[in-house]
Amino acid sequence: MNRSLHTIVCLKVVPKPEEVRIDPESLTLDRAHARSEINPSDMNALESALALKDRYGGTISLLAMGPTLFEPFLRVALAMGADCAYLLSDRAFGGADTLATSYTLAAGIRKIGPFDLVLCGEESSDGATGQVPPGIAEWLGVTQVTYATELSLLSGRWWLRARRDFSSGHEIVTTPLPAVVSLRSRCNEPRFMDMDRRAWARTGSVTVWSAQDLDVDPEMIGLSGSATVVAGTQEASKRDRRREALKGSIDERAHALAEIIRPYIDGQRAAAQQF
Amino acid sequence: MIPSHYSPEEARGIWLYLEQEDGRLLPVARELLGKGRQLADSLGVPLTGLVAGKSVAHLAAEAIADGADEVIVAEHPLLEPYTTDTHTKAVTEAVLGGKPDILLIGATTNGRDLAGRLAVRLRTGLTADCTDMTLDPGTGLLLGQVVGFGGGVVASIKCERHRPQMATVRPGVFPLPVASPSRRGGVKQLPVTLSEQDLRIKVLERESRRGAGITSAELLVIGGRGTRGDFSLLRQLADALGAEVGATRVAVDNGWADHEQQVGQTGFITRPKLAIVLGASGALQFTVGIADAETVVAVNADEEAPVFEAADYYSVDDLFQLLPPLIREIQSNRGKALVGQR
Repeated sequence: MNRSLHTIVCLKVVPKPEEVRIDPESLTLDRAHARSEINPSDMNALESALALKDRYGGTISLLAMGPTLFEPFLRVALAMGADCAYLLSDRAFGGADTLATSYTLAAGIRKIGPFDLVLCGEESSDGATGQVPPGIAEWLGVTQVTYATELSLLSGRWWLRARRDFSSGHEIVTTPLPAVVSLRSRCNEPRFMDMDRRAWARTGSVTVWSAQDLDVDPEMIGLSGSATVVAGTQEASKRDRRREALKGSIDERAHALAEIIRPYIDGQRAAAQQF
Repeated sequence: MIPSHYSPEEARGIWLYLEQEDGRLLPVARELLGKGRQLADSLGVPLTGLVAGKSVAHLAAEAIADGADEVIVAEHPLLEPYTTDTHTKAVTEAVLGGKPDILLIGATTNGRDLAGRLAVRLRTGLTADCTDMTLDPGTGLLLGQVVGFGGGVVASIKCERHRPQMATVRPGVFPLPVASPSRRGGVKQLPVTLSEQDLRIKVLERESRRGAGITSAELLVIGGRGTRGDFSLLRQLADALGAEVGATRVAVDNGWADHEQQVGQTGFITRPKLAIVLGASGALQFTVGIADAETVVAVNADEEAPVFEAADYYSVDDLFQLLPPLIREIQSNRGKALVGQR
């Protein structure tokens, strides 16, 4: 390669899903008492970037949006093998939906400079929309490959080859670079921190940019740049179940269970006979 | 505010992007037609389906039978197979011409790929993965219900000033409509101009599986942590029942089952007639995925397992102890039934 591969990995810091509680009074999420982590599929995106760097060389920049207390998470990713980190931090970015978030991240990417690849996780564990990677690609005017599981560069050409999932199967696609790619959760095994990099990563700088540092329209970021709003929340409706315990010996329980299940198999057979 | 290409005052009608694969509508496309019909009747507006592909005109009649008033057919060789750029371009042209008030897309991987791109191109709001949709009684705005973190809260999301109001809809949450072949509707061809320059992404190989999958399964056997990675007895039970096998997030995270088998908030919402849940603790994130099951049976060795709260019948058992006699019972039942039929 006569050019160096520059990959930008977008990371979101999210509360650990199992530690988020719902306030029964206000029906709001109590995230304050939950510990945070890097969104799991973003770790898969980072691992993909590191594997590409191992194979083809180049540099990896990290990009995140949120309060400065997210810095330690970026340092973990630096210790894993990334080269530099940028944090978009400004109250004006708060309350953004996916339209405003992807706009802001795209502005951050432009500010970082020329890139070949932007890698993201397939979706965040808290928002779970998967809309941000295609949004970033559209704002930047580059191609997108979503739900990818394997990445490589085509030999001798500045193109990406990716395997991606779609609803009923998978496909192999190629795209010219630059491109935005979202990686499937669990598509690889994120590596541990490199102990030799830890001291550097602990003290190395994380560049923090506010809204004023970016070329953004203030009307297009944060809450004011969002097209969707939450109209209300309600408790998820719970269907009342019978909650009937099976009793007796294990053979009696198995028998009782078979009796419960049997009408459903017979029903299925009856339906099959209609054809 | 980021302005959209047209205003709420100009917008009218409900549009559905009807995803197809190999010339067949995906189940979620038909589910959208059923729900879309209801919403269109409530608003007193037409329901329009949009199909895009190489040769898809035959799907117009199916969409009309399922509830569409009008179908826009976008045909071009480069629209097959699906790629983001070509479908985004075709749908954008159609939307800017027809100015729909609402645009709904199935939340499949390709549906989400398209919707995320389209929403930014159209500069509008997109609500992801709705598990229900209602209309605001005062304003007629679409309220997309989205399951919040943990599955305990449902948030209603609306898009007030931007058009179209876009939403992706979870496969499996709405029932399939009953087709009425006598329904009448209009069919419009969308002129599509695409060239090789629009095809930046090339699909080299493609492998699609046929199969029901867990979202359309009537019988579902679901394994969790309690399987300790051994799904063999579960599969035996599923085979005896003719059931599909699903898994909890823990089981999928551990590599015991595939992504496509994951039931729950970050997996699939299922609506089987019978769900047999084996060795799952029953976190809300999981039980939201079986909330619409007609009957739920749960087996767990822990008598305190929350999954029993979400079950119609439960047994406090180690699944490895209970399944062998259960499978024997089922197999002998089947034998008897088959003998009886002769």
